[in-house]
Amino acid sequence: MAGQELADTIAGFALFADLSTPQREQVVDVFSEQWFGDGEKVLRQGLSGSGLYVVLDGAAAIRIDGVDRATLRAGDYFGEISCLLGEAPTADIVAMGSLRCLVLSSSQVESFLKSNPSVMYRLLQGEARKVRTTTKWLS
Amino acid sequence: MAQLDGRPFPPGRYPLVVVGSGPGGMQLAYSLSRLGVEHAALSADDAPGGMFRKWPLFQRMLSWTKPYTGFQPGSREFERHDWNSLAGDEPAHRGLMASVMDGTSYFPSRPEMQRGLELFGERTRLQVRYGCRWEATRKDGDDVVLTTSDGEYRAPRVVFAVGVAEPWKPPIPGLEHAAQYGELRPVETYADRRIFIIGKQNSGFEIASGLLPLARQIILASPSSTKLSVNTHSLVGVRARYVQPFEDSVLAGGVVILDASIEEVKRTADGYDVRVRTTADKPLQFLVDDVIAATGFTTPLRDLADLGVKTFGQSGLPAQTYFWESISLRGIYFAGTINQGSKGLMKHGIPSNSGAVQGYRYNARVLARHLAELQGQTLDRPAIAADEVIPTLLREARYGPELWHQRSYLARVISFHPDRGILDEGVLPLMYFLDNERFDGAAAITLESNGHEDLYPVVYVRHDGKVHETRLADDPFLNFETVQHRTDLAHALEAFLSPSLSRPRT
Repeated sequence: MAGQELADTIAGFALFADLSTPQREQVVDVFSEQWFGDGEKVLRQGLSGSGLYVVLDGAAAIRIDGVDRATLRAGDYFGEISCLLGEAPTADIVAMGSLRCLVLSSSQVESFLKSNPSVMYRLLQGEARKVRTTTKWLS
Repeated sequence: MAQLDGRPFPPGRYPLVVVGSGPGGMQLAYSLSRLGVEHAALSADDAPGGMFRKWPLFQRMLSWTKPYTGFQPGSREFERHDWNSLAGDEPAHRGLMASVMDGTSYFPSRPEMQRGLELFGERTRLQVRYGCRWEATRKDGDDVVLTTSDGEYRAPRVVFAVGVAEPWKPPIPGLEHAAQYGELRPVETYADRRIFIIGKQNSGFEIASGLLPLARQIILASPSSTKLSVNTHSLVGVRARYVQPFEDSVLAGGVVILDASIEEVKRTADGYDVRVRTTADKPLQFLVDDVIAATGFTTPLRDLADLGVKTFGQSGLPAQTYFWESISLRGIYFAGTINQGSKGLMKHGIPSNSGAVQGYRYNARVLARHLAELQGQTLDRPAIAADEVIPTLLREARYGPELWHQRSYLARVISFHPDRGILDEGVLPLMYFLDNERFDGAAAITLESNGHEDLYPVVYVRHDGKVHETRLADDPFLNFETVQHRTDLAHALEAFLSPSLSRPRT
């Protein structure tokens, strides 16, 4: 039941919107589910070996040098930049209340994206939006 | 403490209650007793050993105890090679599995495993109230109240070590007709039959391996592709003991291994019609004689979810903190294989090794110390001389069984204090060290894997509010006590120690 419920949940997320039901079931299988308690760190600034996280339920703070910069909610993802560049995260991600995520380790991100081009395209769109926001912010 | 019938721990109020008498519950009860922590230990079973009193189905473990290692059974170094004994505090309680195995395999048979656990219970005079079934749970103020077959137990803290061994079936139409792990007929009745196994994890491959000599054809199917432990360099994936069906599949075709979701199982006049859809969206039909659901196991948590314990995944594991407490209901802790619900940092995607005895036996020992502290005990933190710090940490990386079996989860921690000197903090969860201000001015060492290289030690130094991570070199002989390791570790610790201490002592 848990797998199907998760596959239905992620059907509503932009990142996985173009996948068929068996493909979504596979996503749920390839990613692992992880819960975090209030205040628990999900990603740690400067620590190696992290992954790509998708928020299923709850909220998390993006915290840089102890200052909260933004809030992540269901459907948002994080950790992709450190996975793509092979570098440690530049921010802490901290659970605000109970937080439920799907996690894919950095070593699996490349093969996952290559075998799911629609997710790769959606991820690129997400990154493009981030670049646009940053550009606006800088100008 | 004993009742008239000779059983310990009569109903009543205790500072702590432990439920379960499998290896997880036994290890915790033992470690609590050694620390003098008052508790009650209850079990619905009538003898120790938990699921190993009946499973694995094909009667042999997939975890080994290697008899000849260059180290005596009973030594701390031996524990790296002994995955099945419980972790005793003194030599007479350690490495007991080696003494009950007949030497024909380094994987103990199930009866040998059962005997090893019983022997540990006898040697350590482990006190458990057997035949006492936990039936329901409620909260009453700060207390947890357990209704049992013997009456009510109350405690502010309860540890559940009840295993993850209840077979579970997904809601696939028609699957109710399929046999589950634990419901197989005598193996000879599977001779010359076509068998469809749903599930491609160890339990599915255990059944496939067991039926290989008999079945005409075996089909193994589930949505996700199977990983092998030899490829992941971790315990994630199907274990080497069960890979023979893969070889049959690629060389002979007597086994079919499919990535597909199962859509329907229908009974026919003389068997089953199984409809699947591959991940490439292609429908397939199989006419077979038997369907076996090896679709995993669930956690028998009874009413704990109603009380507020958050669970996740197909196994219904409770989400836990790094000290194995429910993230959503304080005072509820877990031990044993349920500790899989606390995955740790998942560095490089590799979770804690808490699903197996060799991993969770150390969790239980760390949890016992944590619970002792919560009950007001001050634990011993021995002083270490400055010139012992580097040898101690490197020796731990080379031989420390906690670090070996709980990679990037358990760490050996040493703290540096301007006033109190250098203290050995013992073995602690790495996340506790990373996220706890108390350890500012401390160092931790772990062993880690990244899934494709040999394992290597990692040193974490907390200094001035920041954590600095240093990877030490891997070594083909797994010797982490070389001059190079000493030099690199001294460099990582230079905030705390004089660089001259990197030189080997003469």
